[in-house]
Amino acid sequence: MSLKNKLHEFKEKNKGKKWLPLFSGFHTFLYTPNETTHNGSHIRGADDLKRTMNTVIMALIPCLIFGMFNAGYQHYLALGEIKHTANGFFNPEFWTTNNFIIGFWKILPLVIVSYVVGLGVEFLFAIKNGHEIEEGYLVTGMLVPLIVPIDLPLWMLTIAVIFGVVIGKEVFGGTGMNILNPALTIRAFLFFAYPTWMSGDKVWVQGAKADGFSGETILGTLAQGKEVANSVLDTFYGFISGSVGETSTLLIILAGLFLIFTKIGSWRIMLSAIIGALIMGYIFNMIAPSMEGTKFYGLMATTSWHHLLLGGFAFGVVFMATDPVTATQTNKGKWIYGFLIGFLSIAIRVFNPAYPEGVMLAILLMNVFAPTIDHYIVQGNIKQRLKRLKTKTT
Amino acid sequence: MSTDIKIKKGLDIKLKGEAKKELSIAPHSKIFTVYPEDFHSIIPKLSIKVGEKVKVGDAIFYNKTNEAMKFTSPVSGEIAEVIRGEKRKILAITIQADSVSVETHKDFGIKVPSNLAEPQIKQQLLESGCWTFIKQRPYDVIANPANAPKAIFISGFNSAPLSADVVFTLQGKEEAFQTGIDALTKLTTGKVHLSVNEKDSFLNHIKGVSLHTISGPHPAGNVGTQINKIDPVNKGEVVWTVNVQDVAIIGTLFLTGKYNAERIVALAGSSVENPKYYTTKIGATIISILNDAKIAENSRIISGNVLTGKNVGLKGSLRHYNSTITAIPEGDDYEFLGWTKPVFNKISITRAMTFSWLTPNKKFDLNTNTNGEHRGFVLTGTYEKVFPLDIYPMQILKSCMYQDLDEMEALGMYEVAPEDFALTEFICVSKQAHQEIIRKGLDLMLKEIG
Repeated sequence: MSLKNKLHEFKEKNKGKKWLPLFSGFHTFLYTPNETTHNGSHIRGADDLKRTMNTVIMALIPCLIFGMFNAGYQHYLALGEIKHTANGFFNPEFWTTNNFIIGFWKILPLVIVSYVVGLGVEFLFAIKNGHEIEEGYLVTGMLVPLIVPIDLPLWMLTIAVIFGVVIGKEVFGGTGMNILNPALTIRAFLFFAYPTWMSGDKVWVQGAKADGFSGETILGTLAQGKEVANSVLDTFYGFISGSVGETSTLLIILAGLFLIFTKIGSWRIMLSAIIGALIMGYIFNMIAPSMEGTKFYGLMATTSWHHLLLGGFAFGVVFMATDPVTATQTNKGKWIYGFLIGFLSIAIRVFNPAYPEGVMLAILLMNVFAPTIDHYIVQGNIKQRLKRLKTKTT
Repeated sequence: MSTDIKIKKGLDIKLKGEAKKELSIAPHSKIFTVYPEDFHSIIPKLSIKVGEKVKVGDAIFYNKTNEAMKFTSPVSGEIAEVIRGEKRKILAITIQADSVSVETHKDFGIKVPSNLAEPQIKQQLLESGCWTFIKQRPYDVIANPANAPKAIFISGFNSAPLSADVVFTLQGKEEAFQTGIDALTKLTTGKVHLSVNEKDSFLNHIKGVSLHTISGPHPAGNVGTQINKIDPVNKGEVVWTVNVQDVAIIGTLFLTGKYNAERIVALAGSSVENPKYYTTKIGATIISILNDAKIAENSRIISGNVLTGKNVGLKGSLRHYNSTITAIPEGDDYEFLGWTKPVFNKISITRAMTFSWLTPNKKFDLNTNTNGEHRGFVLTGTYEKVFPLDIYPMQILKSCMYQDLDEMEALGMYEVAPEDFALTEFICVSKQAHQEIIRKGLDLMLKEIG
């Protein structure tokens, strides 16, 4: 008897058991179920939620692998074992096995903890509520290790993931019902629960603590009005310190194009967010000369397009802002939503005294406002319908 | 006079097994079945008993809330069985048919519609059972004869996958069709809208209608799409719709004085060995139509098209409103790593390792597998790509699910029928049953608002 038949019989035999969703969770990964349509549409399209989520994960993998190399690269740079050279994206100093191994062993535990803890919570809720295990966490689980500092202790990650999945998602009813992006909820929890740990300049580079090396991010440096050592190309390629997977703007752009090409990611949100950020950045550039000497000057004077390459902006716009559940649902609303995310990201970045990164807070804020934006867009459609009736009757 | 309308949003689902333009006469079915469930929201009251003889056009049951509305027999013969379900609900009435040579008809009298007034035409239609072919929006139920519709809509072509070619199925019925239109024009003070596609046919020369040429992908041929683009239904308004083949049945009633349930149906689908057209009657058994056609084993047999039809099985019958019978393979099998492997043999509007976008002209052999599990709504903006109505599809579906009557009304519930949501259902990654959600929503509104 083949594996397929064995699994089928096992499923049939245990129908109605409380723990069956746990089995189905694994079973449906191996085999698409034998479910058929009833009445209504007898045929169905090829895509399901697993495929959709999987496409996003595929887009994230290059960022993850780059993050592993970069972790090692930053580590050896900090130790002074290698010297910084500008040699283009295929810099041989960067793509070395040594770099990869350092990063791999540092990042793999983050990925494992994120998935094991997050899916564990999902399993528990699936069994408690008697529904199937939903795929939402597949993407979240991959996003989380990419947006945290590499030296994050695993126990902090564990607590944050439990908080993010339970409070950010399950209390609202699970995948599709949440208001806030769960991955960003996890990150926000970390930043507000452990500010002394998270806001320092030591966590961004693995092993930097011991050496008293300043592993500050570029945004941090700019916020203090200091000169930045890295070239613009470095920030574009991603050879800079920062959260694990969000440094390489080049790879994020490619991932964004991939998501647009596969029609999974919303180009409306991505494009309008970039426009929003450029406009805000340009406004700051205009007024920057009059602000010289203030603490805002450093980031205000940063050229508007350069902002796009720094911090988590690109990553947030491509992977976080486009989360369909927490974004606006109407196409018109997506333009407004994306624009405001870009606009506010740069504003928060410049004015936030504690932490020079705005995209996380901008997205979470707009997550909250997304239903309101949709409400007014839908009202427009409703008003049009009423107007049609009025012109008829007069 | 003709106006051109171009539909941009939609999806043509190209499937294998299109019916060839060959016509066979299906052998006379020995058993005919009438299913009250075809007439949504009608509560049937039987007018006959088991064992009684009926002629073609004799009432079998009538509408409990409007006794003038009769549902009549498509054949002459003897009532064989009344099948009941829970709470004695009538599920089906079967009729043992006479052979064709001794068939008897109830005579409703030859009449010229142009000489008749509106009440006489209504009377004729209600008495003969032809009223059942007139449906109304809002609610997508049989029209209430007490209403005055602002317009009547007829779609002169099908755009759903594998559905029958209208012009082919109306061959020889051109005069009946014109007579049917003449009758319908008397029922409204507004216009009778007839929509055709870009192919020229006798439909382009029908008199007394407002003609529209519609182009674009499915659901261009759905009457709901056409209503929305031509003259949308507002609150308090009613429009009526009639299937194009049934206009000819109405016309035949006036021309001959007889109720003639004859239909040319397309037998299509990848499970059919030699798909083509058959002449048969409403209520005939599927087996009688399949007579010389071979159907692959483990197939689903659908009365209607693959997007909106009913799963009737081999033992079922041709349903009241259908002019297509489709047979496609059942998909009750597992697929190894089906969620992640590249897909070439299924249709998708994304490119998430699905490659149907590379082969826009390829004909697919789709089965009934859901290709994934039921989930909550997650993706946004995808339904809009295949939904041409000026309505927010996801929002209206959700309002039906949480049963907010005010919101349903505001979002345009009066304008829609379940079939308008067949394509959004097809592409839904969350595998939600859109048509069922809309049907339940409409039923709720019908009950609460009426």
